[in-house]
Amino acid sequence: MTPLTAVAIPMIGAVAIALAAHRPRLRDGLCFATPLPLFAAVVMLTSAYVVAGDTRAVTLLEIMPGLEIALAVQPLGLTFALLAATLYIVATPYALGYMKHGGYGNLARFMACYAIALGAAMGIAFAENLLTLYLFYEILSISTYPLVAHTGTDKARSGARTYLALLLVTSVGLMLPAMVAIWMLTGTLAFRPEGIMAGRVDPALGALLLVVLAYGIGKAALMPFHRWLPAAMVAPTPVSALLHAVAVVKAGVFSMLTVALFIFGLDYLRGLATQPLMLYIAVFTMIAASLVALHQDNLKARLAYSTVSQLAYIVTGALLATELSALGGGLHMLMHGFGKITLFFCAGAIYIASGINTVSGMDGLARRMPLTMLAFFVGALCVIGLPPSGGFWSKWYLVSGAYSAGHYLVVGAFVLSTLLNIAYLLPPVTRAFLKPPPDDRASGVNEAPALCLIPLLLTAAGTLVLFVLADPAYHLLTGALS
Amino acid sequence: MTRLVELMPFIVLLPLLAGPVCALLPGRRLPWLLAVAATAGAFIIAATTLAGVMDGTTLRYAFGNWPPPIGIEYRVDAANALVALLITGVATILLPWAAPTVDAEVPERQGVFYALFLIAMAGLLGITLTGDVFNVFVFLEISSLATYGLIAHGRDRRALLAAFRYLIMGTVGATFLLIGIAFLYILTGSLNMVDLAERLPGVSDSRALQVALGFIVVGLAIKLALFPLHHWLPNAYTYAPTLITAFLAATATKVALYVMLRVVFDVFGPAYSFAALPLASALMVLAIAGMFAGSWLAILQENLKRMLAYSSVAQVGYMVLGVSLVSVAGLGAAFLHLFNHGLMKAALFASVGIVAYQAGSVRIQDLQGIGRQMPWTLTAFALAGLSLIGVPPTAGFISKWVLISAALDAGQAWLVVLILITSLMALVYIARVVETAWLRPRPADAPAVNEAAWWLLGPVWLLVAANFYFGLDTRLTLGGATAAAEALAGGALGVGR
Repeated sequence: MTPLTAVAIPMIGAVAIALAAHRPRLRDGLCFATPLPLFAAVVMLTSAYVVAGDTRAVTLLEIMPGLEIALAVQPLGLTFALLAATLYIVATPYALGYMKHGGYGNLARFMACYAIALGAAMGIAFAENLLTLYLFYEILSISTYPLVAHTGTDKARSGARTYLALLLVTSVGLMLPAMVAIWMLTGTLAFRPEGIMAGRVDPALGALLLVVLAYGIGKAALMPFHRWLPAAMVAPTPVSALLHAVAVVKAGVFSMLTVALFIFGLDYLRGLATQPLMLYIAVFTMIAASLVALHQDNLKARLAYSTVSQLAYIVTGALLATELSALGGGLHMLMHGFGKITLFFCAGAIYIASGINTVSGMDGLARRMPLTMLAFFVGALCVIGLPPSGGFWSKWYLVSGAYSAGHYLVVGAFVLSTLLNIAYLLPPVTRAFLKPPPDDRASGVNEAPALCLIPLLLTAAGTLVLFVLADPAYHLLTGALS
Repeated sequence: MTRLVELMPFIVLLPLLAGPVCALLPGRRLPWLLAVAATAGAFIIAATTLAGVMDGTTLRYAFGNWPPPIGIEYRVDAANALVALLITGVATILLPWAAPTVDAEVPERQGVFYALFLIAMAGLLGITLTGDVFNVFVFLEISSLATYGLIAHGRDRRALLAAFRYLIMGTVGATFLLIGIAFLYILTGSLNMVDLAERLPGVSDSRALQVALGFIVVGLAIKLALFPLHHWLPNAYTYAPTLITAFLAATATKVALYVMLRVVFDVFGPAYSFAALPLASALMVLAIAGMFAGSWLAILQENLKRMLAYSSVAQVGYMVLGVSLVSVAGLGAAFLHLFNHGLMKAALFASVGIVAYQAGSVRIQDLQGIGRQMPWTLTAFALAGLSLIGVPPTAGFISKWVLISAALDAGQAWLVVLILITSLMALVYIARVVETAWLRPRPADAPAVNEAAWWLLGPVWLLVAANFYFGLDTRLTLGGATAAAEALAGGALGVGR
């Protein structure tokens, strides 16, 4: 078995789901069935890598001499693939439950695109070179466009237009030329542990390429190219949860980490003139997005800006260019994925069960939806980075990385941003638990359907488990750096 | 294998001889069958010919056994074999597909219609294969005259006006070409390309030679629809019958580009051409203007066929831009895009043809919500559109990649910005159609539309699949384009990177 299996399973699943469009039961069965072999495949690839160090490298095609579409297992990608494959299992019942309960149409198209997006994410995770990564990166952008525009209303269409335009403008306009330039200068696009630019590309040009690539990877949502993420919130919540909190945005920061580690190389990156500039743009994004999130009353918009801010943590980790901070970035990719998908699951469950989509409307909500709000609390703890959730460890390593690199201003920014996280994530919880509900609301427990409730409880539990299980993830990731 | 290669002249002769026979055949099916057989035969021979010349050999055939430079000879290297493969390949896929659309659009006298089609194709192939400049002019007139007739077959009465406009512009172009050829003949007394290439350096200080080059380039630029000489193209493509639009869009401008390259690089030689006239900068400016004007006008169009026609003007700009870099890499990029653009435009126009056949309209406004009713057709359109935009893993992506590499190689990094901006403009006009077709609800009063039958969809999907196949396996396209560029200019410019 090769990484190709992991890429192919969701793609085949997508075709099967699309063909079963007119047979609802078969379609649902296929939707449920697709994530399982995918998860099994990723687990088998992981065990083969961990036990025997087997990368299972496979070259699919040689497009031009020296330019290959090739896949291989590497630790950072495994982390991303495991994250996406695991959450895909819980997101599928959630998506089906949400879409049916919410009365959305075109389920087959929706679930097929969902599966294609997951296949593309696997391709990104297992890419062996920058061209392969770019190929799947674009497939991911395009396959998620119908999902964002799913409802077909004017608002959804214009949101989807912003989404696709920003993602394609950055990737075609910046990432592609940067990639061609790197290829012409170095003669390769392969990911190497020490990077490929050192000694081959003049640092002045490398400095320019860093700026172009940092913005070219638009999915990492560095300001001012972050607008696509709030725009994508018009999508049904299952899309926001799995794709715009996990697969798509993590593909962005994963690409940033990969490029920083394996294309630039950390030593080369540290020597570039624009490294401090991009670092402070990432820090600025982190703080500014938190401040914007503070003022959003719409729950999903608040979570979206929170994601922009959290992605900037990981980009900061990559741009600090120390092993410890890159490790923290990799861990945060994992931890934030679990935390944020829980929050989005909760937001969707609240909307489905009670029609509430604003923070100000959440007063006393915990009396009606105690389990959901408890899960929301746990997810919030993880995103803030407090124990006993996995988010604690990733922030720990990010801050230590900044500290050991001597960037005390960045350490300060991490602390400030954490305080801001508390300020915008805990009010929904305190409102729900401590404030009395408005008088006109019916009392009694009224949770979302089980298909929605169980997944969000599972992911909330996952964030707590990760607090204990951070050690294996840490060991897996250190392999990426040695 | 070798026997088939010796059949090389029949690439032209098969359709040329089948044409008049076609005109005499009665009914609908017989002429069509003959046309399909003739094209398929030509395609097979063209494919074996290309396989035979990929290694850099040149095939020659002297007509009537008159040795050149007295007689007319066909000279085939990788450059023209690739173009011939494109022409015959597109025709072979489109002809079986087009039978029902022709039935709808040309109800009577189909024998004449198919005869004109075969003759137009034979003309294009003749231009491509011949090694004689006067023969180029003759075949150009043959294909042009047949094309005027074909465009006039369009159902819309405006097709007549479009054909007439094309006739005037085309005649002006052909006349310019003829004047240029006459100057060459006066100066050297020869019409054979190889012979001319040997004799021209002897008269290189003559003003008349400069004038000849100018006339030939301008004349071909009209046929090529190089901005701002593109005015004939949008109307011709919009009102012609579906089959003709798809075929011309994929092939006609490409042949004109090929001849221009052959004359500029092989007959005159780049050392003379680009020194005698400011060709490089002129072509670059016009190419860029065409890229922007074509893309911009495409965004504004309400008619789908017209939108794609303006898009062709922009795409011609990419090819000419590659040429204007005056490097083997740039020429290779031009040849590659010549081939790839043929594939994508054939797929796009063919899927639009299905929409026209099923829905009876190609106004974007009328296509609201049609994606649900014709999912296979519109998905094909969207996928071919991705190739036009240049998203991996499509042929269009390879084109963009090679063109950008060539621009960087030539030290013209600023061109990359312009190429990418116009690619994103392509995104705008393709996304507009996709959005209208898929994401708007079908108006309640809109007529019901059914998905097309499989024999209409099959060839379109074959073209779409080719767009993806050649985005992944570039041995034929990139190898062919590189061999073509080296055959044309490898000696004069030095082998590229």
